[in-house]
Amino acid sequence: MSLFEYAPAPESRSVVDIAPSYGLFIDGEFVPAAASGGVFKTVNPASEEVLAEIAEAGAEDVDRAVAAARRAFGPWSALPGAERAKYLFRIARIIQERARELAVLESLDNGKPIKESRDVDVPLAAAHFFYYAGWADKLEYAGFGPRPRALGVAAQVIPWNFPLLMLAWKIAPALAAGNTVVLKPAETTPLSALFFADICRQADLPPGVVNIVTGAGETGRALVEHAGVDKVAFTGSTEVGRQIARSVAGTRKRLTLELGGKAANIVFDDAPIDQAVEGIVNGIFFNQGHVCCAGSRLLVQESAYDEVLTALKRRMATLRVGDPLDKNTDVGAINSAAQLARIRELSDVGAAEGAERWSPPCELPAQGYWFAPTIFTGVTQAHRIAREEIFGPVLSVLTFRTPDEAIEKANNTPYGLSAGIWSEKGSLILAVADKLRAGVVWANTFNKFDPTSPFGGYKESGYGREGGRHGLEAYLA
Amino acid sequence: MTATVTSRLSGVSGSAFNLRSFLHGLPGVDKVGVEARAAALGTRSVKTTAKAAAIDLAIRMVDLTTLEGADTPGKVRALSAKGVRPDPADPTCPHVAAICVYPAMVPVAAEALAGSGVHLASVATAFPSGQAPLEVKLADTRDAVAAGADEIDMVISRGAFLSGRYDFVYDEIVAVKQACGSAHLKVILETGELGTYDNVRRASWLAMLAGADFIKTSTGKVPVAATLPVTLVMLEAVRDFRAQTGRQVGVKPAGGIRTTKDAIKYLVLINETVGEDWLDPDWFRFGASSLLNDLLMQRTKLTTGHYAGPDYFTLD
Repeated sequence: MSLFEYAPAPESRSVVDIAPSYGLFIDGEFVPAAASGGVFKTVNPASEEVLAEIAEAGAEDVDRAVAAARRAFGPWSALPGAERAKYLFRIARIIQERARELAVLESLDNGKPIKESRDVDVPLAAAHFFYYAGWADKLEYAGFGPRPRALGVAAQVIPWNFPLLMLAWKIAPALAAGNTVVLKPAETTPLSALFFADICRQADLPPGVVNIVTGAGETGRALVEHAGVDKVAFTGSTEVGRQIARSVAGTRKRLTLELGGKAANIVFDDAPIDQAVEGIVNGIFFNQGHVCCAGSRLLVQESAYDEVLTALKRRMATLRVGDPLDKNTDVGAINSAAQLARIRELSDVGAAEGAERWSPPCELPAQGYWFAPTIFTGVTQAHRIAREEIFGPVLSVLTFRTPDEAIEKANNTPYGLSAGIWSEKGSLILAVADKLRAGVVWANTFNKFDPTSPFGGYKESGYGREGGRHGLEAYLA
Repeated sequence: MTATVTSRLSGVSGSAFNLRSFLHGLPGVDKVGVEARAAALGTRSVKTTAKAAAIDLAIRMVDLTTLEGADTPGKVRALSAKGVRPDPADPTCPHVAAICVYPAMVPVAAEALAGSGVHLASVATAFPSGQAPLEVKLADTRDAVAAGADEIDMVISRGAFLSGRYDFVYDEIVAVKQACGSAHLKVILETGELGTYDNVRRASWLAMLAGADFIKTSTGKVPVAATLPVTLVMLEAVRDFRAQTGRQVGVKPAGGIRTTKDAIKYLVLINETVGEDWLDPDWFRFGASSLLNDLLMQRTKLTTGHYAGPDYFTLD
C-alpha cells in the first residue's frame, strides 16, 4: 500500500491523568491496603512501560470492603427505584462526558485499538448504565414476582479483555436491583475500574455502594469465599469458574458464571461472501481475539471454501496491526506476556499437529506483546486448536458438506457461548439456529452487543444471563 | 466487448436465461453488513502527508461536470479553463481528469481542452432518463464522439433492468459500446433507482459483461446519488470481475460528493477494498462540480498553514 500510506494518527495520551500509584476504593474513599498487602504494577502491553503501582488487597481489605457494602446495602436497597435510577443515569452521563479519557485509559492498560475502546467499549458501557437505570423503578414488572428483593452484597470478579464494559455488565444491573457490590478488576487491567471509582464519587453515589478491590487470584478468592457475600458473579476462564463453583457450593450464595467459548462461525455457500468475510474477521480479530464469544472456529461449506479462503486472506492482508492509540489501528497488543505465551503455545501445537498456518505479512513492534493475525487451515475436530480456547487472534478453519454436518460440528464442543450463521436463505438460518446449543446465535453478523439482549452460555460456558430483562434475575430474589 | 471476456464466462450472455441465471447466482449483498463496513472505513484518520497526497490524487480524479439546461459555450469554456488550471495561484496543482458536458457542448469543450491532457467526457443516450429509442441513443453517442468526446457516459434503461429484461439492457450497452469506437464507455447504473445492493451488484456485472470500461453510480439527477456502500459494492464487483476475466474496469461515483473529507473516504475505500491498482485517474473518477473547490481550499490550507476565504477560489 505504498501509493496511499496513512500517516500516523495517534490519539493524545495526555487527555488522561494516571497517578503513579493507586489504593483501594472502599466506602467511598481511596485507601491504602492493609499493612500485610503488597503492590503490583500494571503495564502498557504495547510498550511494556509501567503505568502505575496498584495496591494488592488482602483478606483484611476484602473484609473491610464487604463490610462497607453491607452497611450501604440497607439504605441503598430501601431507596425508591426512581432514586437509584437517578444515580445510574448520572453515572451513564459521566461515562459519556469522560469518554475520551476512558477510551485512552482502556487502550493504554489493555492494548486494544483506540477505535474499539472509543466506538465499542465506552459507548456500550454507558448504554448499559442507561438501560438498567430504566429498570430500577420497574422491577415489579420484570417478571420475577410482584415484590422482587435485592440479594445483598454482590462479589464480582471480571476479566481483562473488556475491563470497563464487563464492569458495566456487572455493576449496572446489581445497583439497579438494589444490591451493593465489591468488584475486583483483573490484575493486568485495573485502571479503568479505578477511574470508574472516581466517577462514582463524582456522581455522589453513597459510600459503600460500589467498592473496588484490586489484586490477583488470591484477592478474588478471598472475595468470592467471604462469608458476608450473598451473590457471586464471575466472568473469566472455565478453569477458575470451576474453582469458584466448588467454593460456593453448599453456601447460600447465588452464582452466575460467564466462562470460555469456542464459537463456530458457520458460512454456507449461499452466504453474502464479502460481508461474511467481514464477519469472520470481526469474529476472531476484534479485540485481538480476546473475546469469550469469539468466532474462533470457522466452519465453511466445502463448495464455497476456495472463494471464502481467498477473500479472507486478501482481507487479512489489509489489517493494520500496531500502536493501539493510533486511530487507524485494527489489531492492537496482546494483553500480557502470560497470554502471549499461551497463544504461542497453542499455535505451535496446531502446527505440530499438522494444521497449515498462515499470517499476512505484517511487521510487529519490537517492544510489547504482539501476535500476528493467524489462520490455521486443514483443521479437524481432533486438533487441539479446534477444541481449546486460544483467546487470541488465531482462527481455526474447518469444513462441512451439509447443514446437519455443520450443526453437529458446531455443537461438538464442551462450550456453548455463541455461534454465527451466514446465509442469504432465511429458512436455513432459522432451522440451523434452532439446533445450535449456544447462548447467542448471530445471523449474518458477529460480535454485536446490546444492553437489551441477554448474553450467556450453555454447558461449560457457564450459567446465568447478563443484559436485558434476563440480566436482572441474577440480582433479584 | 464479450470478446475480451475469457472463456470462463463465455456463454453467460448467450441467452436471456443464461444471463438471468448468472446474475441471480452472484453472491448476495447483506445490507447491514455492507453499510457497516463502509461506515467503518469512513472513520479512518487521514492526516498530514497522507492527506496532501490524497488531495492531489482526488483532484486528478475529478470529472468536472456541468449538466444543466442553462449551459452555454461561455460556461463550458470557463469550466474547461478551471479543469486545466484549477488553482491559478499554484502551478504545482494538477489538472482534473476530465470535463463532463452535454453532447451539444462537446465542440466548445474540445476546443478549450485541446492539448491540455484533460479528457473530454460527454453524457449521451438520452441522459438522464435513458427513455428513448436505441437509434436515438446511438446517434447521440456517435455525434458526441465525432465532435471530440473521448469518454461517453451512458445511462442504462432502468425500467428494463427492473423488469428483469437483462438481455435488453445488455444488448443496448453492447450497441453503445460499438458506437463509441475508441472512446471509453462509462455505464451509469443510476443506483438510486435500483433499490437494492443486490441489484447494484447485478447491474455492475451486466455492464462489465457487455463491455463497459467504467461503471458509474449516478446521473446526479435523482435524489439519491453516490454513497459509500454503493461504491463499495461496485468496487467489489470490478475486483471480482478482474479476478475472473483478467480485465480491469474503472469505477466512478457521481453526485453528492462535495467535500475533501468525503472524497478521502472514497480513496480509503479503494485502498482497502481493491487496492492501489485502482488508485489512479485511469481507474477511478469523481463525478463532481463543487468538490473541486473544497479540495483546493484544503490543499491551500496544507501548503500555507491557514484557510483562505472562498473568494480566493474561482467560481466557474
